[in-house]
Amino acid sequence: MIGAGHAGLAISRVLTEHSLEHVVLERGEVANSWRRERWDSLRLLTPNWQSRLPGYPYRGDNPDGYMSMPEVIETVAGFAAAISAPVRTHTTVTGVSRADGGYHVATENGAIRCRSVVIASGAANFPHVPTVREAVPPAIKCVTAFDYGNPGQLPRGGVLVVGASATGVQLADEIHRSGRPVTLSVGEHVRLPRTYRGQDVLWWMEHSGVWNQRYDEIDDIERARGLPSPQLIGTPERATLDLNVLRAAGVEIVGRLAAIRDGRALFSGGLRNQFALADLKMQRLLETFDEWARKATLAVEVDAPERFEPTQAPESPRLSLDLRNGEIRSIVWATGFRPDYRWLEVPVLNRKGELRHDGGVVADAPGMYAIGLPVLRRRKSTFIIGAEDDARDIVAHLASHLATASRSNAN
Amino acid sequence: MAEANVKNGVNIDALLAAREALKNAPEAAKFTWRASCKWRNGTHATSTVQGFHGLGDEQKHRTQFSFETDHPEVFASEDNGATPVELVLVGLASCLTAGVATVAQNRGIQLRSVEAKLEGKMNLYGILGIDSDVRNGYDDIKVTFKIDADASKKDIEALVAQSQKRSAVYDIVTNPTNVTVEIV
Repeated sequence: MIGAGHAGLAISRVLTEHSLEHVVLERGEVANSWRRERWDSLRLLTPNWQSRLPGYPYRGDNPDGYMSMPEVIETVAGFAAAISAPVRTHTTVTGVSRADGGYHVATENGAIRCRSVVIASGAANFPHVPTVREAVPPAIKCVTAFDYGNPGQLPRGGVLVVGASATGVQLADEIHRSGRPVTLSVGEHVRLPRTYRGQDVLWWMEHSGVWNQRYDEIDDIERARGLPSPQLIGTPERATLDLNVLRAAGVEIVGRLAAIRDGRALFSGGLRNQFALADLKMQRLLETFDEWARKATLAVEVDAPERFEPTQAPESPRLSLDLRNGEIRSIVWATGFRPDYRWLEVPVLNRKGELRHDGGVVADAPGMYAIGLPVLRRRKSTFIIGAEDDARDIVAHLASHLATASRSNAN
Repeated sequence: MAEANVKNGVNIDALLAAREALKNAPEAAKFTWRASCKWRNGTHATSTVQGFHGLGDEQKHRTQFSFETDHPEVFASEDNGATPVELVLVGLASCLTAGVATVAQNRGIQLRSVEAKLEGKMNLYGILGIDSDVRNGYDDIKVTFKIDADASKKDIEALVAQSQKRSAVYDIVTNPTNVTVEIV
């Protein structure tokens, strides 16, 4: 196992159930990226009752709340302790290569030979920043969601937030509240209300079966895997944080950042269509929930179907912004993350540097698996609640691979 | 500025007079250009232009102009016309060329021939939805002018630069525009 986050530990737990000997290599401490690579105010998008790992349900007294990062760390570390996961902390993997019948794993603390490798190092190891950043005037402070901790790190004055995923809308909201005027550049995005018909929208995702939809049942899996995270925030008020809310609060919405030329940021004029697409998709999803609710026997009461206002387009969205006149003092890049596979010496990446895999079974590398990537096997794959089902499927495949390999060795 | 002995076929005096007149009539300077498009079959469509609004009133071309667009046979289409993206190149080429003639007239440069070749590079991974990082449109457009004129190379360079500076289509292609699409 490479990585002792919730996904890697879920695998460890299931391997232990199968009595399969293993070790979990961790570059830092358990739940390392939750400890070091998240901003201060972040809370999980999923409600507490969904923070469930194999044999390890939520134990607190606030099932409808959303965990802060210290609470997530406590949960993941508590799970690691409960399952007595064989974690080797502060053991950075420096190389994985083929070795006959298995893999050679080089670490800072010596090498390991193994028959199978599960990559659980996460999908978000580097911030991804588009190449237009090279044209940002030097007086502007640039921060990524990775470096960002709180608004106090930013100079006073205007802030351009690029990207409208969960990260982008949350940071835009928080920075705006700090008194810094925010301009939010919006490309393709996923709009969701925090609650629907009185239940958390992720309750609907789970119970209606949408989250369980398998990777091989999805028409365009590449698109599904590349979707930005939904515009959600975990707050005690269970507040919705969509573009209408941000706009009403005074955030200026502009189109996708297309280019920076001569010190001016240029934004796409296709903002209305981005709104229309996100509104239509949200509408279709809510209709899916309604249809399911009509047929299903529900364990809880739900309110009447709701319909939400379309996203309101500004009269004439700004198409360009001078980055040299002092209006904008900093840019926050909320433009996504990429995994780090620099240590992977087996040729299993596609031309874009993504792992080639079929539901977590890595292509052309028998015995190599991945977990914790977007829509790995199900729509819920990257959420804490999604780790168990994926871990069970992966370990089943892994166990049969080991059995087959043993038989052929015996022959 | 205009020199009478230079004949590029551009009525520069009328243009300069219009410029002066419009300075004091901001409403008249607001134009609306229009095009209509009718689907034929497959990817084939016919677009027409005739009426437009400007100078405070409805205006009209002498006649209705019509343009066939389609996709080529390599896209399994019938190739009844230029592709829409080629028409964008046509728009850019003709706008810059008209600009060269107008600026030349204004600067007293006699043109003998002006030819432009345009190349727009496009990765089909965008429109086919194969790679969301690849844009749908051109990622690079190259315009090559061949100009024979009574002017130094430097003057011709300045002519071409000024033509880009004042070109509507160059601006449309290089800068974003708000687009609203509605269904009636």
